[in-house]
Amino acid sequence: MEPVYLDHAASTPVRPEVLEAMLPFLNAAWGNPSSSHRFGRAAKAGLEQGKREVAQSLGVEPNQVIFTSGGTEADNLAVIGAALAARAQGRSMHVVTSAIEHKAVLAAAHAVVHLGGTETILPVDRCGMLDLDALAAALATHPALVSVMWVNNEVGVVQPMADIGARCRAAGVPLHSDAVQAYGKLPIDLDAVGCSLLSISGHKLGAPKGIGALIVRDRQIIEAIIHGGGQQFGIRPGTENVAGAVALGRAAVLARQELDGHVSRMIRFRNQLATRLRATVPDIVFHCESSVRAPHLLSVSVPGAEAEAMLMHLDLAGIACSGGSACSSGAIEPSYVLVAMGVDRSLALSTVRFSLGHETTEADIARTADVFPGIVERVRTLGVALGRV
Amino acid sequence: MSSRGKVLVAMSGGVDSSLAAALLVEQGYDVVGATMKLFCYGDDVPDRPCCSLDSIYDAQAVAHRLGIPHYVLNLEDRFSERVIDNFVDEYSRGRTPIPCVRCNSFTKFRDLLAHADALGCDAIATGHYAIADGGALYRGDDRTKDQSYFLWGIDRAVVARMLTPVGRLSKVETRQRARAMQLLTADKPESVEICFVPDDNYVGVLERRLPADAPALRRGPLVTTSGEVIGEHDGFARYTIGQRKGLPGGRALPLFVVGIHPESREVVVGSAEELLGHAVTLEETNWLAEPLAVGAHCLVQLRYRAVAVPAIVRSVDTATISLDLLTPVRAIAPGQSGVLYNDAARVLGGGVIRQAA
Repeated sequence: MEPVYLDHAASTPVRPEVLEAMLPFLNAAWGNPSSSHRFGRAAKAGLEQGKREVAQSLGVEPNQVIFTSGGTEADNLAVIGAALAARAQGRSMHVVTSAIEHKAVLAAAHAVVHLGGTETILPVDRCGMLDLDALAAALATHPALVSVMWVNNEVGVVQPMADIGARCRAAGVPLHSDAVQAYGKLPIDLDAVGCSLLSISGHKLGAPKGIGALIVRDRQIIEAIIHGGGQQFGIRPGTENVAGAVALGRAAVLARQELDGHVSRMIRFRNQLATRLRATVPDIVFHCESSVRAPHLLSVSVPGAEAEAMLMHLDLAGIACSGGSACSSGAIEPSYVLVAMGVDRSLALSTVRFSLGHETTEADIARTADVFPGIVERVRTLGVALGRV
Repeated sequence: MSSRGKVLVAMSGGVDSSLAAALLVEQGYDVVGATMKLFCYGDDVPDRPCCSLDSIYDAQAVAHRLGIPHYVLNLEDRFSERVIDNFVDEYSRGRTPIPCVRCNSFTKFRDLLAHADALGCDAIATGHYAIADGGALYRGDDRTKDQSYFLWGIDRAVVARMLTPVGRLSKVETRQRARAMQLLTADKPESVEICFVPDDNYVGVLERRLPADAPALRRGPLVTTSGEVIGEHDGFARYTIGQRKGLPGGRALPLFVVGIHPESREVVVGSAEELLGHAVTLEETNWLAEPLAVGAHCLVQLRYRAVAVPAIVRSVDTATISLDLLTPVRAIAPGQSGVLYNDAARVLGGGVIRQAA
């Protein structure tokens, strides 16, 4: 039987249309887009096309799209770049972010501290929502940047970005958002939010790994963090990943065209899955259930069933999903996101995340719901045998 | 699909367990691989990869090549509680522990079997040089690599469900077969260290885990067996029975550590003669065969790679056994294991050495 893939928040397959669009830039128009000859011009055309398509999908200007190697680099560029720009302008390198950010943002904020700056990590409530009073207090110190993720990658909670943006704008502080899990899943209106910097990633959207972008709506607020030949206004030098840019552009167009249908399908599937899981595992916990959530994510905890074993059993049953956060070894650690939300450690260690995508079918949902209760029962028995419960 | 059964194989990332998995696949078993993550060096040892990642990656690569699923099982919490804490306690009590025995007895095999049950596996397998056969455990055929000494403490229920695919091979054969099967771990160097003790420096582990003024690490008297103080040592945990290194020289006869008294922090030194033991008492016993009765003969091995000597059971109860050694044994160290064998190299049981006489 074909395996079921419910880990789209980790990565997605490259969509055939995207592959088709990018291939000519690997085998025909392979030139350096900075070259003035015909090879260079052909590559440049692809790069510009990618830029335009990404820009259109977000309602920004093409020259505001800075391609990066992915979401992590975009986040680093935003956070560290904003701190460096503040220092260059004689202001303090103070960055403000939340406790449930992706590690790419949190680690970048720590890097700012290592560079001699400071960080403020804002708490979230039990539903994963940013503490707006804490934000207000932090804004009063005039930080270099506030970085708040649009959609949390583990629990799917959507932050009140318009509210956050308005507060930042009123305080004159630039706002960055890691929108890796929001892009293609929610409408993103940067004007309404007043967001100056936005990170997106290709491989969460049907484009390949190795391409992402930082939308930079105000070049005064960041400096480069890598240095080289001046490409992309010197903000992110280095020969551009042309095929990747084309792929991201194509994926962006598709995502935009399909957004409404995609969202309603994801919500329907997610609700089907949740309903069936609750019916068979009555004490299952759905995280952030009362919050606004992205349509493709479902984070569940099963008391007494360790995620490590659940994931193993699910995989052997042909269901691919993920634990809270995995260390590079593949061992499961309690999720810092859930811990920040006040979820206790043992429940955090009993959490799996299902994330739906473009290829997900109703049959995938049904099969997952069919095998889940049996796996929960076996894993709970195992927990007793291991003396962990 | 016909299968000889489903097996959960513990894959450490070394050549032995890699080949064990490969042989089981070749023999037609339905194989699932698992690497047990026992500890994380974390920030303690900055020059080592966290989580012994390289080993995990090696196991993953071998499993991928064999076309079997592979998972990482996190045993860190329990390993720290049951193995590392005990290791530190034992040294603090003036004893010389073997953490691998405790790990096998209380974490690795029990967890592996529990996972195997949950997965519906008929058996578990490891890359040990030992032979599990018909519910009995025997020495590995390659006596220079035999690891049965470390396995006396596992549950009998585990032995009954255990496969030991490399137990009848020599190490040389293991490497040859691993090479022939193009396993990337075929020529990986042997790991001889205790896994959580970097650079073989166990005192470093004690120093990190014990308070600075812990008695085990404080200066104390060096005394002879007749009670004469002949100098100072810098912490009894740095010494083990039979040790010569670190003792004053310039004597007519070489000196050895013959005893450690944690209450007085004394390290007792004596002659080679005084190092010989004629009887031994084991505690925390575990049986992998019917328990021996008083007067029974057996062979007892009191250190890894030592020769097993004939012995007679003097007394036995639920958790201890005392044996008279028919051949005196040098440097019997409390905390090490005493493993009982019969003439056919079967492991009958064993215990932790409490004392020698």
